[in-house]
Amino acid sequence: MNLHEFQAREILRRHGIPVPDGEVVTTPTAARAAAERLGGAVVVKAQVHAGGRGKAGGVKLAANPVEAEAVAGRILGMQIKGLTVHKVLVAPAAEIASESYVGIIVDRVSQRPVLMVSAAGGIDIEEVATRTPEKIHRLAIDPRYGLLAHQALGLGFALYRDVAPARAAAAIMQKLYAAAYDAGASLAEINPLITTPDGKVVALDAKIAVDDNELERRPEIAALRDTTAEAPSEVQAREAGLTFIKLEGTVGCCVNGAGLAMATMDLVKYYGGDPANFLDIGGSSNPQKVVSALQIISADTSVRAILFNIFGGITRCDDVANGIVQATGQFSLTIPIVIRLTGTNEQEAVRILTNAGFSALTDMDEAVKQAVAAVKGAAA
Amino acid sequence: MSIFVSKDTRLLIQGITGRDGSFHARQMLAYGTTVVAGVTPGKGGQTFEGTVPVFDTVADAVRETRANASVIYVPAPFAASAIFEAADARLPLVVCITEGVPVLDMTKVIPFVREQGTRLIGPNCPGLISPGQSKVGIIPGNICQPGAIGVVSRSGTLTYEIIHQLSTQGYGQSTCVGIGGDPLIGTNFIDCLAAFEADPETRAVVLIGEIGGSDEQQAAEFVKAKMQKPVVGFIAGQTAPPGRRMGHAGAIISGAGGTAADKMQALERAGIAVMKRPVDVVPLLRERRVQSPSRGNRC
Repeated sequence: MNLHEFQAREILRRHGIPVPDGEVVTTPTAARAAAERLGGAVVVKAQVHAGGRGKAGGVKLAANPVEAEAVAGRILGMQIKGLTVHKVLVAPAAEIASESYVGIIVDRVSQRPVLMVSAAGGIDIEEVATRTPEKIHRLAIDPRYGLLAHQALGLGFALYRDVAPARAAAAIMQKLYAAAYDAGASLAEINPLITTPDGKVVALDAKIAVDDNELERRPEIAALRDTTAEAPSEVQAREAGLTFIKLEGTVGCCVNGAGLAMATMDLVKYYGGDPANFLDIGGSSNPQKVVSALQIISADTSVRAILFNIFGGITRCDDVANGIVQATGQFSLTIPIVIRLTGTNEQEAVRILTNAGFSALTDMDEAVKQAVAAVKGAAA
Repeated sequence: MSIFVSKDTRLLIQGITGRDGSFHARQMLAYGTTVVAGVTPGKGGQTFEGTVPVFDTVADAVRETRANASVIYVPAPFAASAIFEAADARLPLVVCITEGVPVLDMTKVIPFVREQGTRLIGPNCPGLISPGQSKVGIIPGNICQPGAIGVVSRSGTLTYEIIHQLSTQGYGQSTCVGIGGDPLIGTNFIDCLAAFEADPETRAVVLIGEIGGSDEQQAAEFVKAKMQKPVVGFIAGQTAPPGRRMGHAGAIISGAGGTAADKMQALERAGIAVMKRPVDVVPLLRERRVQSPSRGNRC
């Protein structure tokens, strides 16, 4: 789960990292009031779960409260990478002497949290990482001891020549490491970490992505979820216990297991179709999950055929069959449906489906071919 | 022969009295796995299904039953603790089926199991099976056949699909290992490839990967440098969009190298035959001159 910038800033502030003031608002008039309280020039920043906000026009300076209102009016409601901006952060415009980057991720290769810092921070950090990777310093941290003071200071000197800002940056790194474990973050970054003309080191922007597996034991973090910032179909799927990602194609896919779901989408493509979605109904699928899955898939008007691909293990094929029959009793499907199921309770499932007037296949390749052909037939 | 589990595996089940644990304990017993103990704190002294003694702690169970492997079905918030406990009892093999273990927990678990000399498989994996000998986890026994193909995979049901293709066309398996779909796992492709290469009964290996990370690329380098046996590969996620997590915590294209195309190229460069579809597995094995084993080879 991604946090908004203002939420990430608040977590850093609670851990003692210097963060400028700021207010989150949802209307232009509130932006003006916030700018009046903050005084002086402000920056108005779109709060959306998308990178490249600045380049998309979602971050603007305003010299005074009247300008802040006008700028907020332009940013609120704008679309950035398909997401609508509902909130903006109003913060004092900082005077920047230098910009660097500090981030922590869990690294798959070393199997440890890795701290990455670069004196070349700012909006082009991805480019720095690809073009001049030597400008990024990395340190794998042993979680049994945490980030040790001398390690942090060493990286502080990689950012700044003078001892005072190096020490300040080192303290921020240790606090960021603590904040990452505290929030259950898979990514925690400050970009840019700036120095001001009077020599202070300040976190100007922050990004935290929380490991979804942490949310159950961290209700205070789970409560930060902003469903207005997510695609409605994905919110609906999550609430039904499904994993769903909408794509651009026409073959709706309903599969058990993430790997098989991806392989099914790939096979749709192989036979000349385009998958409309990734949907994993998960392990122990009760019929209700299947009903929800069919609702979500059939609500997408670009879907021309639905493909079920179930390999029963923990998932029982008869549960899936019952779900399909229940769903089609509740709402009428106007598009063709191709069902493949094999494995646990396969025969029972075939009986249920046959009695309800459906046919079922046992072969994945054949089912995908039929689903793609059904879409092409509908288009002809 | 086989890798990691065999007829000599004496299995302990952590979470044997839970909903998932009890269901799969019965499946493993029915398959013929030697299940010697269960562990559920507070239920020590009971017996499961009238045959398997239940203990309060892993240490008690190991002392009383000489268990040499554990499989974990406890809920995600307690899974890391269960792995620590099993490794603390110095069990040589621990298989964690549980899905949803926080990655930051795993950053602490992994150095501990390494120091204890425990092989951890998973978490978030279907476990492993040496057909005809021992099933540890949730891979359906009825789709497997004893034989000479080693299978190693990051996924669950996709693995079943490929095993199903193999078994129905006469290609039995020495061992099938599901290593798990999380970013941090105890046993990786290379560990399994090395074990299959050393196993006299395994004649060829099927490797099933997916988008995210660079484990498949490292596996490809290992195959090129260290393996004589033929390897056939599959990569799921060619149609996955970058930046989106495709179900498995590890299945996300982030940055260079994580795409299916990159991984398929890396496998091909290492001389691995890459399937375009799951049904290609047996034709590719035949192309590599791997024959289905003779009838006398069944266990």
